[in-house]
Parts: sequence; structure tokens; C-alpha cells
Amino acid sequence: MTTTQPTTNGVAARPSGLAGIPLLAPDAPKQTKREFTSDQEVRWCPGCGDYAILAAVQGFLPELGLKRENITFVSGIGCSSRFPYYLDTYGMHSIHGRAPSIATGLATSRPDQNVWVVTGDGDALSIGGNHLIHALRRNVNITILLFNNEIYGLTKGQYSPTSRVGQVTKSTPFGSVDRPFNPVSLALGAEATFVARTTDTDRKHLTGILRAAAEHRGTSLVEIYQNCPIFNDGAFELIKDRTEQEARIVHLIDGEPVQVGPEDDRKTLVRMPGGRLKFVPAASAQGMDVVVHDTGAEDASQAFALSRLDSPEMTHVPMGIFRSVSRPTYDDGVRAQVEAAVSTAGGPATDDDLAELLRGRDTWTVA
Amino acid sequence: MSSKTVQKLDRVVIRFAGDSGDGMQLTGDRFTSETAAMGNDLSTLPNFPAEIRAPQGTLPGVSSFQLHFADHEVLTPGDAPDVLVAMNPAALRANLADIPRGATIIINTDEFSKRALAKVGYTENPVDDGSLESFHVHPVPLTSITVDALAAFEGLSRKEKERAKNMFALGLLSWMYTRPTTGTEAFLTKKFGAHPEILEANLTALRAGWNYGETTEDFASSYEIAPAVMPAGTYRNITGNIALAHGLVAAAHQARLPLVLGSYPITPASDILHTLSALKRHNVTTMQAEDEIAGIGIALGASFGGAIGVTTTSGPGVALKSEMIGLAVSLELPLVIVDVQRGGPSTGLPTKTEQSDLLQAMFGRNGESPVPIVAPSTPSDCFNAAFEAVRIATTYRTPVFLLSDGYLANGSEPWAVPEVSDLPDLRVEFASEPNGVDDKGEQVFHPFLRDPETLARPWAVPGTAGLEHRIGGIEKADITGNISYDPDNHDKMTRLRAAKVAGIAGIPDVVVEDPSGDARLLVLGWGSTFGPIAAAVRAVRNAGHHVASAHLRHLNPFPANLGEVLRSYDRVVVPEMNLGQLSMLLRAEFLVDVRPHTSVRGLPFSTVDLADVILTHLEEVS
Ligand SMILES: Cc1ncc(C[n+]2csc(CCOP(=O)(O)OP(=O)(O)O)c2C)c(N)n1
Ligand code: SF4
Ligand SMILES: [Mg+2]
Repeated sequence: MTTTQPTTNGVAARPSGLAGIPLLAPDAPKQTKREFTSDQEVRWCPGCGDYAILAAVQGFLPELGLKRENITFVSGIGCSSRFPYYLDTYGMHSIHGRAPSIATGLATSRPDQNVWVVTGDGDALSIGGNHLIHALRRNVNITILLFNNEIYGLTKGQYSPTSRVGQVTKSTPFGSVDRPFNPVSLALGAEATFVARTTDTDRKHLTGILRAAAEHRGTSLVEIYQNCPIFNDGAFELIKDRTEQEARIVHLIDGEPVQVGPEDDRKTLVRMPGGRLKFVPAASAQGMDVVVHDTGAEDASQAFALSRLDSPEMTHVPMGIFRSVSRPTYDDGVRAQVEAAVSTAGGPATDDDLAELLRGRDTWTVA
Repeated sequence: MSSKTVQKLDRVVIRFAGDSGDGMQLTGDRFTSETAAMGNDLSTLPNFPAEIRAPQGTLPGVSSFQLHFADHEVLTPGDAPDVLVAMNPAALRANLADIPRGATIIINTDEFSKRALAKVGYTENPVDDGSLESFHVHPVPLTSITVDALAAFEGLSRKEKERAKNMFALGLLSWMYTRPTTGTEAFLTKKFGAHPEILEANLTALRAGWNYGETTEDFASSYEIAPAVMPAGTYRNITGNIALAHGLVAAAHQARLPLVLGSYPITPASDILHTLSALKRHNVTTMQAEDEIAGIGIALGASFGGAIGVTTTSGPGVALKSEMIGLAVSLELPLVIVDVQRGGPSTGLPTKTEQSDLLQAMFGRNGESPVPIVAPSTPSDCFNAAFEAVRIATTYRTPVFLLSDGYLANGSEPWAVPEVSDLPDLRVEFASEPNGVDDKGEQVFHPFLRDPETLARPWAVPGTAGLEHRIGGIEKADITGNISYDPDNHDKMTRLRAAKVAGIAGIPDVVVEDPSGDARLLVLGWGSTFGPIAAAVRAVRNAGHHVASAHLRHLNPFPANLGEVLRSYDRVVVPEMNLGQLSMLLRAEFLVDVRPHTSVRGLPFSTVDLADVILTHLEEVS
């Protein structure tokens, strides 16, 4: 559950994810998408899913009600990681896989910054896998957007840690024999407090997830299915096709039974004796142990089980927020210790305090 | 009053050696503190195994602590101990080769059982087989006397009583060299305050050791070493790692900026992480990262946000950080990389010293990627070097390497504590407003518009309205910082980055010491070889020869006068604890045929050996 600060004087409650960040003045003119658009020419291939995500983010940022100078995007390397150049905020395009560490340093030392990480499936899960899991475990207050196109785009089409077994790419002409990660399962296993999945082409869903992720205090991981028309076109076609998607996408709605399928062929997820989850015709679910989605469940087991509904055939693809729980964040904890040490000592260190440190406990004087 | 004689000495080198579990480091530390309080100048060298608990009584498990103190200026921990305290056969065996004939050896005979002797390959007991004839041997049943002295402590097991034997040894040595034990008593009270019986036992063992020296006939006299003449001031004893940590804190204080350390534990650098972690009161944030790369990433992220970002590591960690250092070069953000060098390659000799990484610091990155390098010369000088590293990093918006090493890190010496009011002001100005106009005539911010004097770019931190900008590791257009693949621009930016580092100001000329003014041979060093070189040069001069010496704090860029200095001698000898890394740089830069003298034994140079080397060179040039 995302917590919000108590409402004061009728001013709208403030999402905890944004606590500590200065807000736009109440009488400031409404921000526009244009203000968040930099003057740099966007250089993704025509038809790249990254365009839609960029447009959604640029369209969403004004909603935050933050000043542009209090927003920073940090990225790694990859097509997706060019993202910060196209936003008129602070930004850093760093090195392959390491953005979470840089974001951790920035977010911890600057509580007044709204820090985002943009990364790809290779960047986050291959070279940067270690930093990703540790950011999630620490629960630093950052929002990670993982653009998953199941391919290495920038290096021109090698398989990635999310590519499917058998996938033919430039580096797997005989088909890949590597087993892929499921990024959501991985994140849940790494103690993530907020995990969601959305897709580049569903602007409304994407925006809703961005909102929830930004409002969450702690590390939010958002997996965004992104089409790479050049090297892995149609990877997510089955859930983009209007008729196919209805049968396949499992919309996760907090507090509701987990269901899939069109009205006339609706299926409900139930827990079978022994614990296995299974979709059964909605009508026959009565009296069975129906799975009700609970994003705030302390125990991540059910969220994990939902993430395992995925299969390479995309028979069922859960979309939405898998998990959103409140847990102390690393950066708040680190700052609290420093602040407590400073205030216990009576305020910021003076010259005398420094002199005392330098002298240590054991001095002698030579006249 | 003792009836024993008191002899005056001008200098003494003592080595405490025992099993890792015998508490030799603590004993050495305490003796050092007592000696510092006596006003002697001193230098210390701890030497411990890489294994945390190597098998008891074995050669790899030997831990030692050497201390050199004198009534005059001390430059090294000493080549050869005058006194060896050997707590077991392994300690004797491991150290005997370093002990000159005529030296004193105090042996804990209780530990010289057949089994213990056999463990380290002694077939006869050296205490009574005559093999130690040329030494003054004091056989002392240290363990059993300690246990006897603690007979009244009924609540303590025999093991616990035995553990106090290092305090007995300390008491004995304190008597021998007339050191006051009040400091140690206060220290023990603090350490064991919560365990009154253990405290009392340690104090009793300490006194028993003292009394043993005073009453036993085996020890005929005690010794006095007069205080050294040192410049007036308030002194403390300090190790290199602590001095370095304090230098960083002081620099951040003088810059009025928070200090943020991102680090991953590694010997011999970890103590800096430990020290800084306890200094939150000084607005120091420390984050122990998942690996070295994340450690420097955290530091760089904090620097981007306007803090002084620091990462601390040793050689293997630097290897992992290289790509991020390159990013910092490209982003032109301040960053301090502390490398406490150790023997390499790979894991190498984790607890032993080596000047292993000069070339790694200089060149260990892809592309033209210049990074300034500073190196401290003594343990306390780590304070100044850290301060200088921060100054260069913040003034020039660049990563800076600070090359300490294991010898400096763990060694200690007295330090005249500086007055805070004498520390330079390191305040920097963040960019606060647009600095250019675009084609439409609108005010804009150019993140790569340089200061004409320093060539530094503006430090514009997130949170500053109107200066929103993007930086990255892709080549940036001069001035605007936008992505640029233009050939001429890359050539220009590469040269600008190089010129910025080459032009770092405030680097003093290298000072040559040549008392007679007649020297034709120059001995040039850098980093921790300062003490051994200075001591060797002093010995050579005392023998009536002319030799000049100079020492480098800045390895990149070099002091402006260095080339001229090198060319003005018939011969330049460069001693280094590597296979000639500085020599290579000097030859490349100045085309001077400097003569390397190298050693990679994990130990500092011995003064005597180095003096011999200098004499040989002197003969050749005369
Ligand atoms: C240290 C390092 N190794 C390799 C590369 C080459 N490289 C750049 S991007 C990339 C993979 C990017 O894939 P992904 O993260 O999925 O991003 P996408 O391009 O698909 O958005 C690789 C291997 C690099 N830039 N740096
Ligand atoms: S290669 Fe693929 S991911 Fe990269 S820009 Fe082109 S379409 Fe997009
Ligand atoms: Mg990809």
C-alpha cells in the first residue's frame, strides 16, 4: 500500500514517495508536456516502442506537481537509456548497468530530488543485475523503468536475459539455449516493495502505473514491455492484438478476484488443494478458493505465484501492480542516522568540533 | 627504588611477535602510545597474516608489530630490531632472520613444548641448544607467571588468565624502557569497564610484568631514551588510514559540503570505511555497497548532487572501478578515489605493502582519460594528501587518485595536529544561473562552458532552477554538452580534458635537498618510500658522501620544475616498491635515463640496503 502524508488544511494529501521534495507553488501556472521536452532530436528507429513510453512520461510528469529542477533521470546504456536526453529535467546517461548505484548515491544525499532510473533488459538484468537486486532489497526511494524488448537493441540484436529459449538472434543463429529471467519474479525475490508491469502501447495503463510507482516510497520497479521493430518485432504481439489480448491479459486489480478472458469466456483464478493456482471457468469457481489480489500483502508468495502465470506462449500475462507494500527505505534510514548524530552533538560540526576530532583522545604537547 | 642501573640510549627498535591470537597488535599499540607520551619520535610497522585465524602456532599465523623510537627524528620503523619479543616458537622462527647478532630476545618459554617446536620444524629447543648464542636471550615463562599472578582471580578460567600474558609482556617492556603505564591503565579501564574482573586481571598482569623486570636478576638494567626535539605543538600518534579519513572530513568541513563515501570492504583500505562510518556527526554519509562498482557509483551520484563523493579501495577494487572513473572523467565531476595499495597482481598480498598501482591509476582506463594523482609520503601525511585530493577534485571537477599503501595505512607516527584556522578554505561555488544564450536569444545553461583559467566546467547541481541539463559518457559538444560525434569536437574535447589536468595549479615545485650543494646523484621517490629513502640518504651523507634527494607528492601532473631537476644531475636513482613504474613515467615524459631500484617483497625498503644501492651508484658516477 502506498501511504500518504496526512492532509493539512484541505490541501491534497501528498504521496509518501514525493515527501521531502519541494512542490510547485500552488499559484504556479500549470506545467505542460512541452516543458518537460528537451530540445534534443529523438533518435530511436521509426516505430520503436520507446517513443510511446517517452510521450507517456512527458505527459505524466506535470502531474507530479514538482519543479523540473527537482526531478532527475539516471540511465545506463542501451537504446532505452538515451531517455534522459529527451527530458528537460536533470539527467545522467551513465554506463552499462550501473545506473541504480548512481541513483542510490543521488537519492540518499539529496532527499529533495525525485529520482528515476531508465534501463533496458540487458542493462538491468545482465550487466547490472547485481545493482538491480541490491537497489530493490535496500528499498531506496527511486523509480526504475525497465524497458523490456527481450533483445539487445543498441548493439544490434543479440539475445538478452529475457529472450526466449530457442530465439534466433545474431548471436544465437541456432536458437538460444539460455533460460530467461522473469523480471517480476526476480524483483519479488529480491524483496522489492513495489513491482508492476505495463506495456508501451497502452498509454492509459502505463500512465496509471507511472503514477502509482512515483507515489510509492521505496524502490519501484516497473517492467514495460517495449517493442523493438528492428530486432525483435512483435515479441508482444499476442497481447497487443485486440482479440488475443482479451483472452490473455490478466488485469491485476487490488482487492478483486483474479480473472482473465472475455465476458462470455471468463475464467477465475483459484487455489487448488495443494496450493497450485489454476484458471477455471468463472461459473464453476463458486465455492472454490478464489484468489483475490492483494498488493499490500506482507507475504510476497501470492504475488510471486501470480508472476509465474507467465509463460513463453503468453497464455496468461498478468499486468498491473503485483505488489506495493510500505517498508522503511534505505535512504531515509541513512539520513536519519546522520541527522540524529548531528542533532545529538548539538548541531552541525563547528571548527572546534573538527579540532576535537583531529586531536583524538591521546595528545601531548611539545613546548 | 630499584637497585638496577639505568642506561641511556638514543634509539631502540622493538618487535613484538606472537600468534595471531596473542594480542601483539594491541601490545604494540599500547607501547607506542606510552612512547609517544614520553615525547620520543617514533614510527611503527604492524605485520599481520591475511588469514583471520591461521592455525595456532604455525608460521602463517605469526603476527608482529615493530616500533622504532628515538631521541631524534625517526624516519622508518627500523631495519633490524634491537629487541624481539617471541611469544612462541613460530614467532621466533619467523622473525629470527631479521634479528642482528647481539640483539635481545625475550622468549616465552612456556610455549616451547615439543609439540609446538615440532609444528614449526624445530627438532631441538633453540632456547637451550646453543643456536641462539650470539643473542642476549631472556627465557621467561611468561604464560605461567601470568597465570600465577592471577591465582586470586577465581572467577576466571585458566584460558582467560593466559590471555593476559600480553599485558605481562607489555609491563615488562614498559619497565625495561621506562615507559609510563598510566595511559594503558586508562585504556584498559575503558575497554574492560563492564567486566571488572577481567579489567583487574589485566591490570594485575601489567604490574606483574613491570615488577618482574624490576626484581628478577635476569634483567640487569633498564633504559632511558630522552624525548626527541620536535617542533612545538600538540601531538598525537596517528596511522595513515585514520589520518586519511580525517583529512577527508577536514576537507569537506573546509568546503562546507557533505562527505559521501561509497565503498566495498577490502584490505588494507577497510579501516577508512570503518573510521568514516563513525563520523556521522561531521555530516559524513557512508554506504557499504554491493561491490566496488556500486561504491564508486554511489560516490559519483552524490558528487552530481553536490557532495564530495569519495570511494576507498585497494588495487583489485580499482580494476573494477575503472569504467566509472572514465565516466567521471567524461562528466567532469569531482570525485576522490582512494587506493590503499597492496601486493598484486590479482589478490596478491592483501596485507602487504607495494607501490603496485601507479600505472593502473595513470592509465587503467579506456580512451584518453587523464586523472590527477597525489600520494602521501608518511602515515600522518595522508591527512595532507587527502586534503589536496579534495582541493583538486572540487576545483577542477575531476576524479582524483590518492595512492596510499599498506605500509602507510597501518603504520603510525606522531603528528603535529594542525590548527583548524590554518587549514585552507576549500569553498566552491555551484553554478546558479544561465551562462549563455541560444540561437533564439534565450538565456540557457551551457554545462561545458569552461572557466578560462582552470578549464573547469560549472558544477550545476540538481535542484537549481533554470540549469536543468543532461550529461553522459557519450562525447559532448564543447560548451553545450549535447551529444556530439563530430571528429573535430572530439579532438578538441580530448585535448581540453588533458589540458585541464596538465594545467592544475597550486602544485609546488619539487624541492631538492642537497645539504652540501655538491651532489651529482639524485635519489627521487614517491609515496611511502619517503622514510626509508630519507634515512638511507642521511646515512650516506653521514658517511661523508654528497647525495641529493627529492620526493614527489604529485604524480600527475608532475611539478613544473621536475624535468629541469632531473636533467641537472649526472644520475637519478628511483627506488620503488614495484618494478619501476615511476621510472617508466619519468623516462617517457622527460627522456631522462633514470635508474630504477626496485623491490616487491611486501615490505618497505631497508635503510641499510638502500644506502648500499646509493653508494654503488655514487661509485659509478664518480
Ligand atoms: C561495459 C559495456 N559492455 C558492453 C556494452 C555494449 N552494449 C551497449 S548497450 C548493450 C545492451 C543493451 O541492451 P538493453 O539493455 O536491453 O537495451 P536496449 O538497447 O534493448 O534498449 C550492450 C551490450 C557497453 N556499452 N558497455
Ligand atoms: S534498435 Fe530497437 S529498441 Fe533500439 S531504437 Fe531501434 S527499434 Fe528501438
Ligand atoms: Mg533490450
